Amino acid sequence: MQDLHLLTVAQTADLLQAKKVSSLELAEHYLARVNKHEGLGAFLACKPETTALAAKAADAKIAAASSSNLAPRLTGVPIAHKDIFVTKDFVTTAGSKMLQGYRSPFDATVVTKLADAGMVTLGKLNCDEFAMGSANENSFYGKVQNPWDTSRVPGGSSGGSAAAVAAGLAPAATGTDTGGSIRQPASFCGITGIKPTYGRASRYGMVAYASSLDQAGPMARTAEDCALLLSAMCGADLDRDSTSLDLPPEDFSRGLNDSISSLRKLQGLRVGIPKEFFADGLASDVRTAIDTALAELEKLGAKLVPISLPRTELAIPVYYIIAPAEAASNLSRFDGVKFGHRAADYKDLSDMYKKTRTEGFGEEVRRRIMIGNYVLSHGYYDAYYLQAQRIRRMIADDFQQAFKNCDVIAGPVAPSVAWKLGDKDRKPLDDYLADIYTLPASLAGLPGMSIPVGFGEGNMPVGMQLIGNYLQEGRLLNAAHQYQLATDWHTKLSPLMTGGAA
Amino acid sequence: MKNAQTTTTQKSLLVQGFEVVIGFETHAQLSTQSKIFSRAPTAFGAEPNTQACPVDLALPGSLPVMNVGAVERAIRLGLALGSHIAERSVFARKNYFYPDLPKGYQISQFEIPVVQGGEVSFFLGDEKKTVRLVRAHLEEDAGKSLHEDSTLGGGGMSGIDLNRAGTPLLEIVTEPDMRSSAEAVAYAKELHKIVTWIGICDGNMQEGSFRCDANVSVRRPGEPLGTRREIKNLNSFKFMQQAIDFEVRWQIEQLEDGKAIEQATVLFNPDTGETRAMRTKEDAADYRYFPDPDLPPLVIGRDWVEQVRGEMPELPRVMAERFQTQYALSEYDATALTSSVAFAGYFETATKACGQPKLVSNWLAGEVSRRLNQDEASIEACPVSHTQLALLVSRIADGTLSNNAAKQVFDVLWTDGGDIDAIIEAKGLKQMNDSGALTKIVADVIAANPKNVDEFKAGNAKALNALVGQIMKTSGGKANPAQVNALLKNALA
Repeated sequence: MQDLHLLTVAQTADLLQAKKVSSLELAEHYLARVNKHEGLGAFLACKPETTALAAKAADAKIAAASSSNLAPRLTGVPIAHKDIFVTKDFVTTAGSKMLQGYRSPFDATVVTKLADAGMVTLGKLNCDEFAMGSANENSFYGKVQNPWDTSRVPGGSSGGSAAAVAAGLAPAATGTDTGGSIRQPASFCGITGIKPTYGRASRYGMVAYASSLDQAGPMARTAEDCALLLSAMCGADLDRDSTSLDLPPEDFSRGLNDSISSLRKLQGLRVGIPKEFFADGLASDVRTAIDTALAELEKLGAKLVPISLPRTELAIPVYYIIAPAEAASNLSRFDGVKFGHRAADYKDLSDMYKKTRTEGFGEEVRRRIMIGNYVLSHGYYDAYYLQAQRIRRMIADDFQQAFKNCDVIAGPVAPSVAWKLGDKDRKPLDDYLADIYTLPASLAGLPGMSIPVGFGEGNMPVGMQLIGNYLQEGRLLNAAHQYQLATDWHTKLSPLMTGGAA
Repeated sequence: MKNAQTTTTQKSLLVQGFEVVIGFETHAQLSTQSKIFSRAPTAFGAEPNTQACPVDLALPGSLPVMNVGAVERAIRLGLALGSHIAERSVFARKNYFYPDLPKGYQISQFEIPVVQGGEVSFFLGDEKKTVRLVRAHLEEDAGKSLHEDSTLGGGGMSGIDLNRAGTPLLEIVTEPDMRSSAEAVAYAKELHKIVTWIGICDGNMQEGSFRCDANVSVRRPGEPLGTRREIKNLNSFKFMQQAIDFEVRWQIEQLEDGKAIEQATVLFNPDTGETRAMRTKEDAADYRYFPDPDLPPLVIGRDWVEQVRGEMPELPRVMAERFQTQYALSEYDATALTSSVAFAGYFETATKACGQPKLVSNWLAGEVSRRLNQDEASIEACPVSHTQLALLVSRIADGTLSNNAAKQVFDVLWTDGGDIDAIIEAKGLKQMNDSGALTKIVADVIAANPKNVDEFKAGNAKALNALVGQIMKTSGGKANPAQVNALLKNALA
């Protein structure tokens, strides 16, 4: 079967359970594609023998299953992990020279949960160094190309994850989202991705960037796939992560088709449209695609409600104070003493620290460490960090005000489609400003997702963002799934997906 | 520090016209089985880096999870010292680079500690002293850097042992309420007694389970507080006193020479008996404290506090007061008996068995303590059990043994053990309580010593002692002295 990579996770799972395809065949098919598209830069590490062993074990589980004792739904389905998740079987680099060749003695909880669900790991995916970036141009291991136009960025920081799924190198991938790192690359690469409520997925085993914001989530082609994957990824992990929410496992697939009307599937859904998300700065091609999608939601019975998130612009400075502050502290452990890179020649301890960290960290990481240490330093803490925390609470309050009048919030994910790789005119600040629509939900800890809703300039995908209230992932996925049942944007394939047989 | 001035009205000991002001910061290592934020064991003395898990090693992706046992111990301390136990306290990161600090920050409490206020009271000689606490906060210990003199270090290299990293600590901070090194040591001893009494710390100072930092300054009476220097890591009461005394003399010399004291951290060298500055305020680090986003605020409900209160042992002060009323002991005796849980327990068990609190107290303060001190042993290792001591005391009380004879029995019990009555029998130590035989000896001695009898009758009370001595000698030391006295007085009346 040459078109295995065109299947969704749900379709793949059905074929596996029906024993029409084996997990080993799938793994070999995908790994062949990974090799073929090495130039895309999406994968950092593969171990075919390890993957084959896991696939064979999955096949044995399915073979041993009976109608009364089914193997878990995702058994044998391949997946690849963002290189932010530590893994025992694969090197974990976090996209940094600092962790070149690093082997973790334990697996991240999310990795363990997906393996327990029967999924087979294809390898590790490129990302911005320590998840800091919006274009995947900050990886020590090279840039990642966008499968829709290889001269463009895939978005970031989960750029490798988005590119791998959009290019058919994996049916699904894990990502992490701190300020938009799942939603924005999903949007740029025309796939579906969801960041759950902060605390839903365990952070244990995620190389920390900004602890109060980091959340893991799935990236795949459809909302249905994301629901399946999210159900397997989430769950309380109180013994390992103190910020994990004490909630029982939830099956997010169950409510995908919930509706009060059999004709208008989103009948009664109040969709909040924040006016600040449609102000100056939003590119007209993106705006057109979003407007069309909103009209489609209305056709499905949803009611569009104008709302305001008045501190949207403030989310940028607030985020770029809090995230670097936490990052500066989180990255202090990379000091050359215990693991990771250590400079070769140094005079004394202080020189060892300086050289190790200057050599081991890339420019953007060093920039954020400096910003972070600055805003935490004596005499500046109140004016920056404390003030940012106050505004962060106000941003969360603004959402609660808004949710009094709506069930979900919809708007663009990013102000533009994916930009060109290596654009010398882009400054770091341009990238920071481009995070404007994803940062507010991150700061509030709310679930958010991106679904493909059309194409803009250069025939590049446009994603629409859906933001829900706390723990309302089911509602988001339901709305997204119904939209995808009514439209076909999510079925559009990148040239790398269709170009030539693998 | 806010009320420091008001406490100086107490009579101060001046040193060369200067008043000494001391505040303490004590790190008490909590007696939990596992570390404060991980499940690695806290065992002391293991092979380097064998008691550290991914969390302690700060491996990427590892996260801290609060050890409830450490919080419970903080609540215990708060209850023992009459502190406020915060319903909500916050863990913060103290950021600095050092090789034995694996994460590059220490998780501690900064703005809102778990234990707030409280006090420690104790006797300094006859005077009751009270030292106010500012706070006690939970934090993790760092690892150890092993330099040239260790198996891990050497050859120009330093070794890092992370076994201690993540060990739970309570840092207990006082107001600058102490006015002499003796008072400081008495405070430290009292605090040491309390933390071991309530079972939150093993108190082993050699192993670093109880480490004190002393903030020392001097001033002319009535002046504002002087600039302080902090003496770090005082791990014995003896060094504590020496270090503070040296530091006080040094500071006074500086001031008398017209030099200013510079705020500094100093180390005490037990070999030279001197303190030496390690770093001054200029090179003090900016720790960039901020709330740790990996740990939600620590919430302690009233019901948890009440549950811990219900499990608390009787505190030494309360127990000493009870001993005074219940057993009619002096405050001095009662305080001595409550020097440790084990000591007090020994006393009460023995007393209940023999009904002689004063005698048991005297024996504990006397022979038992003397022999324990000789052997540098604690009451737990006492070879004479509380049952044996109770029986020995009973034999004194019922007149079988004289005090001297009892000491002989005690010596045998201490070195060889055995059955008390058998020892008395074997050594022939039983007192002569047969009044018939004794009356005859008394009559014989009176008849043989008319001179002494006359002197006594003439008013020389000492003459009676000579007669008693004769009677004791004749009885072979077995006569009951009280009985002898009574019979003599009766015969000479």
